[in-house]
Amino acid sequence: MANSPLTPGVVPGRLQPDDYTRNFADKAPPLTAHEAAVAADRCYFCHDAPCVTACPTAIDIPLFIREIATGAPAAAARTIFEQNILGGMCARVCPTEQLCEEACVRMTAEARPVEIGRLQRFATDTLMTREGHPFVRAAPTGRRIAVVGAGPAGLACAHRLAMKGHEVQLFDARPKAGGLNEYGIAAYKTVNDYAQAEVAWLMGIGGIAVTNGKALGRDMTLDELRAGHDAVFLAIGLGGVNALRAEGEDKAQVVDAVDFIARLRQAEDLSTIPVGRHVVVIGGGMTAVDAAVQSKLLGAESVTMVYRRDRAAMSASEEEQHLASSKGVRIVTGAAPLRLLGEGAVEAVEFAYTRETDTGLELTDETFRIRADQVFKAIGQKLEGAPEGIALSGRKIAVTGPGRTSLPLVWAGGDCATGGDDLTVTAVAEGRDAAEDIHATLMAEG
Amino acid sequence: MADLSCDFVGIKSPNPFWLASAPPTDKEYNVRRAYEAGWGGVVWKTLGEDGAPVVNVNGPRYGAIYGADRRLLGLNNIELITDRPLEVNLREITTVKRDYPDRALVVSLMVPCEENAWRRILARVEETGTDGVELNFGCPHGMSERGMGSAVGQVPEYVEMVTRWCKQMTRMPVIVKLTPNITDIRLASRAAHKGGADAVSLINTINSITSVDLDLMAPEPTIDGKGTHGGYCGPAVKPIALNMVSEIARDPATRGLPISGIGGVTTWKDAAEFMALGAGNVQVCTAAMTYGFRIVQEMIAGLSDWMDRKGHARLENFVGMAVPNVTDWQYLNLNYIAKAQIDAETCIKCGRCYAACEDTSHQAIEMTADRSFVVKDEECVACNLCIDVCPVEGCIEMRQLAPGEIDPRTGMEVPASYANWTTHPNNPGRKSAAEQGLE
Ligand SMILES: Cc1cc2nc3c(=O)[nH]c(=O)nc-3n(C[C@H](O)[C@H](O)[C@H](O)COP(=O)(O)OP(=O)(O)OC[C@H]3O[C@@H](n4cnc5c(N)ncnc54)[C@H](O)[C@@H]3O)c2cc1C
Ligand SMILES: Cc1cc2nc3c(=O)[nH]c(=O)nc-3n(C[C@H](O)[C@H](O)[C@H](O)COP(=O)(O)O)c2cc1C
Ligand code: SF4
Ligand code: SF4
Ligand code: SF4
Repeated sequence: MANSPLTPGVVPGRLQPDDYTRNFADKAPPLTAHEAAVAADRCYFCHDAPCVTACPTAIDIPLFIREIATGAPAAAARTIFEQNILGGMCARVCPTEQLCEEACVRMTAEARPVEIGRLQRFATDTLMTREGHPFVRAAPTGRRIAVVGAGPAGLACAHRLAMKGHEVQLFDARPKAGGLNEYGIAAYKTVNDYAQAEVAWLMGIGGIAVTNGKALGRDMTLDELRAGHDAVFLAIGLGGVNALRAEGEDKAQVVDAVDFIARLRQAEDLSTIPVGRHVVVIGGGMTAVDAAVQSKLLGAESVTMVYRRDRAAMSASEEEQHLASSKGVRIVTGAAPLRLLGEGAVEAVEFAYTRETDTGLELTDETFRIRADQVFKAIGQKLEGAPEGIALSGRKIAVTGPGRTSLPLVWAGGDCATGGDDLTVTAVAEGRDAAEDIHATLMAEG
Repeated sequence: MADLSCDFVGIKSPNPFWLASAPPTDKEYNVRRAYEAGWGGVVWKTLGEDGAPVVNVNGPRYGAIYGADRRLLGLNNIELITDRPLEVNLREITTVKRDYPDRALVVSLMVPCEENAWRRILARVEETGTDGVELNFGCPHGMSERGMGSAVGQVPEYVEMVTRWCKQMTRMPVIVKLTPNITDIRLASRAAHKGGADAVSLINTINSITSVDLDLMAPEPTIDGKGTHGGYCGPAVKPIALNMVSEIARDPATRGLPISGIGGVTTWKDAAEFMALGAGNVQVCTAAMTYGFRIVQEMIAGLSDWMDRKGHARLENFVGMAVPNVTDWQYLNLNYIAKAQIDAETCIKCGRCYAACEDTSHQAIEMTADRSFVVKDEECVACNLCIDVCPVEGCIEMRQLAPGEIDPRTGMEVPASYANWTTHPNNPGRKSAAEQGLE
């Protein structure tokens, strides 16, 4: 008997092959040329446009949309890539409803923004399929720079440095480059192996040597890197996961959401990914939503997301919450896990309702249980493996200005560094800006 | 309910909306459906001489200009007059007129500039029982190369001569359709008037090349790698047509000459504007070609609604009403002073007004860090550019300064009196008050 959503326990293959294809199809399919023309027509070409201010990479949005409207999508793509070399990925994953599109004056006018994200995808897809790499490297400078971490921050930094004529060595602990673009972002946001295609295209600039499977701290030290390079950029993201600190956390089938997602993203065949009949996700961010939605799409019968504060405090945007609800995920707010119950493997989670007080969140005496044969922890990632001797601020690498750390000639950016919003697009902006600062610093040295 | 019935040079129609002579009126099938849809009248597609009919190109004959969302703003064509046999057209005209006696049916004509050619065609058209004829002196492409259409319309002597022949040869009302491809439209309308025309209709299409195919390096529409200029029409030509209609309406030499307004009429409002400037009815081509016959329902409902709101019981009540307010620049009141005023409530903060005024006008709009936009009265010259570029209708308005107020731009008090350029101190040829007859 094949498995179904009702099969007890944590099992693979709950759905028919077609279901997987349908469930994990492109969340926002690309615009056709006609749709793009209609969407582009709505842009007012604002002066000092608020959408640009709201974009962390400050893409000249009115200009690229005008370029689409006038039938020059490749020129539009160059306008985008000049500011954001991962403009293709950002077009797919940015929470635009909290960024550019929220600021669009059409929101004020008729509560329906110009579809900036989808137009951006139209332009970048057009250029990437029609032409090769759009930029040319400057003459070699003879400088060598080490970039650690090949996620959005590292890639953006490496690209900008290479474009300026520097020699870049890009190291990553994982077997593939891309960082969370490859291992984290929800599958339906980046279909057809886009993350790898984008990395390959980005490398078209030349001058970037990638070494995968090499971890700072395990295979090399920061001092070694500093000795062998003119500068170092750290972009190692957040490799650790916050613990629940609830009783029974060590039971089988209580796993980190990011690991589940990484496995799902790397699966050749989604029907091989085991998923619970009753899934509980603990957390209220993008990771929690992605784990919950993708569990449901894999065929879990019931998926409940439990967040300790109210909906407004959730870091997942309203649109993400709608997506979860529309896929049948139940969202429970104002409750925190007390203990995980079960013989060996988890069987249920006991929660207590919470109450906001002046001194913080408190648990109330009122409790309830939710059945669970799989629990995903998604209460935040944390920095792990920061090199010794580098100053931290809070739980991240302390940086000032364009990513300068406490160590000379060492920069940091992306999720591992202070500032930013833990978004792909802010990581890109920080990588790019650090590269500009590294370039200016090295060239001023003469 | 306003009465939309129309009497144009004795030709009666239930409403003032006629289809202009063009593809929509090329055959019985179209005209019957147009009448069923509600059109008040039709000017049949231009007929030529008996014999072998003209031929059209077999490639594209239209080109277009678009606004946002591919809204068609201008259409260009290289079509000739009807390419169907004369006797077929005449037979169809006869039956259609018999079946729709309450609708206007005018037949458009174009034959060589020879007296006998006109005599022959007029005799045959008269037999159909049609209400009148329109002389096509306007077609700017193809036929003009053969000495017809605008080749006639551009020479006032020919206009007068042919009009006179026709008036002598027929008892039917004669409408002369003018070409806008002429520097002063009044020369043509005066000639038609002298020749005895019952009315003029205008405009026919404007010489144009809509676009160039940058791959073929040829004008569009392109036929086997080549193109030719065509006739331009649609919403884009309305301002040109309105001006020409008003020039004729104001011209003392042709005062009272009935005008049929044509050119870019797309909505009831366009029609009302033409009529306010002196047109007794309107003719429509491109709007019907773009949206189909049904648009006439919007035109009828909209015009009737507006007339009710304004208390105009009949068309005559407002036809020509705006003509006295069309004047020369030199008579505009220079003491009328206004300032743009932005309504912060409806402003969506796009900044287009700022960009326009700052880059190309008078640097009269202030933009704050939080994107509020405020007009600096001390700089604003009331040019209207900000209003023209603002995407929100009514968001920016002109406020007239009351007499006695200080204009912050000049520091001077706004005079209560009217004063124009003719007496302005900066005018080297100014007239004294006495010469103006003001004393
Ligand atoms: C599940 C999930 C979903 C998300 N969805 C979205 C979304 O839809 N939209 C959005 O904008 N953001 C999303 N984010 C956030 C976004 O992915 C991150 O903000 C972004 O990837 C940060 O980029 P980064 O380059 O700083 O780090 P990462 O992408 O994490 O890349 C860090 C890289 O460094 C490598 N590395 C780590 N330690 C070492 C070491 N010691 N030595 C060598 N290499 C090392 C890692 O292997 C990794 O490749 C999501 C995050 C998660 C977890
Ligand atoms: C395809 C086409 C063919 C036309 N043929 C004629 C014609 O045969 N006779 C004529 O008098 N005007 C002809 N016209 C001009 C129209 O009657 C009308 O004067 C002009 O299009 C302006 O009106 P509009 O802006 O409503 O289209 C033609 C116009 C078009 C678009
Ligand atoms: S705010 Fe909206 S309308 Fe204005 S430029 Fe940006 S996308 Fe266009
Ligand atoms: S009316 Fe003209 S001068 Fe005045 S604010 Fe508007 S654009 Fe500027
Ligand atoms: S153009 Fe209109 S909507 Fe835009 S900022 Fe100016 S006043 Fe506001």
